[in-house]
Amino acid sequence: MDRVPLERKVLSENDRIAAELRARFQAHGVYCLNLISSPGSGKTSLLERTLESLPRRDRVAVLTGDIQTENDANRLKRFHFPVKQITTGGTCHLDASMIERHLADWRLEDLDLLLIENVGNLVCPASYDLGEAAKVVVLSVTEGEDKPLKYPSIFFKSDLLVLSKIDLLPYVPFDIDVAAENARKVHPGMEIVKVSCLMGNGLHEWMMWLAERRRAHKSLAQQTAS
Amino acid sequence: MHEMGIANSVLEAVRTEMGRHPGMYPCKVGVRIGEMSAIDPESLRFCFEAMIRETDLESLELGVETCPVRYRCQVCGGEFIVRDYDSRCPQCGSPETRCISGDELELAYLEVEEYGPSTVGAKSTQ
Repeated sequence: MDRVPLERKVLSENDRIAAELRARFQAHGVYCLNLISSPGSGKTSLLERTLESLPRRDRVAVLTGDIQTENDANRLKRFHFPVKQITTGGTCHLDASMIERHLADWRLEDLDLLLIENVGNLVCPASYDLGEAAKVVVLSVTEGEDKPLKYPSIFFKSDLLVLSKIDLLPYVPFDIDVAAENARKVHPGMEIVKVSCLMGNGLHEWMMWLAERRRAHKSLAQQTAS
Repeated sequence: MHEMGIANSVLEAVRTEMGRHPGMYPCKVGVRIGEMSAIDPESLRFCFEAMIRETDLESLELGVETCPVRYRCQVCGGEFIVRDYDSRCPQCGSPETRCISGDELELAYLEVEEYGPSTVGAKSTQ
């Protein structure tokens, strides 16, 4: 019997497409974020408030993933930025080939920011690189403070934790400090913003984080190009 | 939840690799799964076995090696396994440590055997 070494990633085909996407985003100066959370944590609401705050001339586009329905795309189209729904038809995560396919008729040179809303799921999206510059995980205060410990992979791989629905804190037994502590156990030094999309608290910090990341990405892209 | 897709990717890789080994059949495929990879090894095994049932790969065995989360200390250079999320260096106590492995989802090896009199019942993958 022979043992043949394989030594490659199981998802090497996904990773190959993701690396191509990342190179294209870099070449066109597009900053790409991959938003991940459980179903109902408020990714779409956060995107609504984000699109609402961005200037109309901003070169932004959104891809939003769900198993079924165009509901999220319809919510997000109100803000006059290009939005496309990806319906996965049962698949519990987005993969890089879905992103590649849905970007096909957009010109990347017309974009500076691409926001991807993943399918609501804290497990599977963690395994699939979409070519993004960073992942952002959203956790709402109606969930458990121990979510970061139960689903460490996504908290470990995300650059930012958005603690959402903080307007509900008076009504739920959620200790926001314990949640933050748990996230930083899994991901030491993790950046955290606390927001209420309903009341507007913390949205300024989120928009500042996004603006700073876009600025840093742009200056890095310019350095690489020159 | 996505272990079915992962099992499918493993089987696709096996079929591709077998194209390079004419006259042989695959006995065992080895994968490495990190504790931080969001893959449940038992669920992967269940999906893998469901997918090979009544196919030409029915006799293929899945070998799973789970990999712990390992960190390296930025101060003293020591490497250690992290349990219960305590990522401080156990040697010098520094919190300045960096994760070096634990999110593996890798194909490690494929064991192949030549067809022969002892392999009655094994079917060709061609």
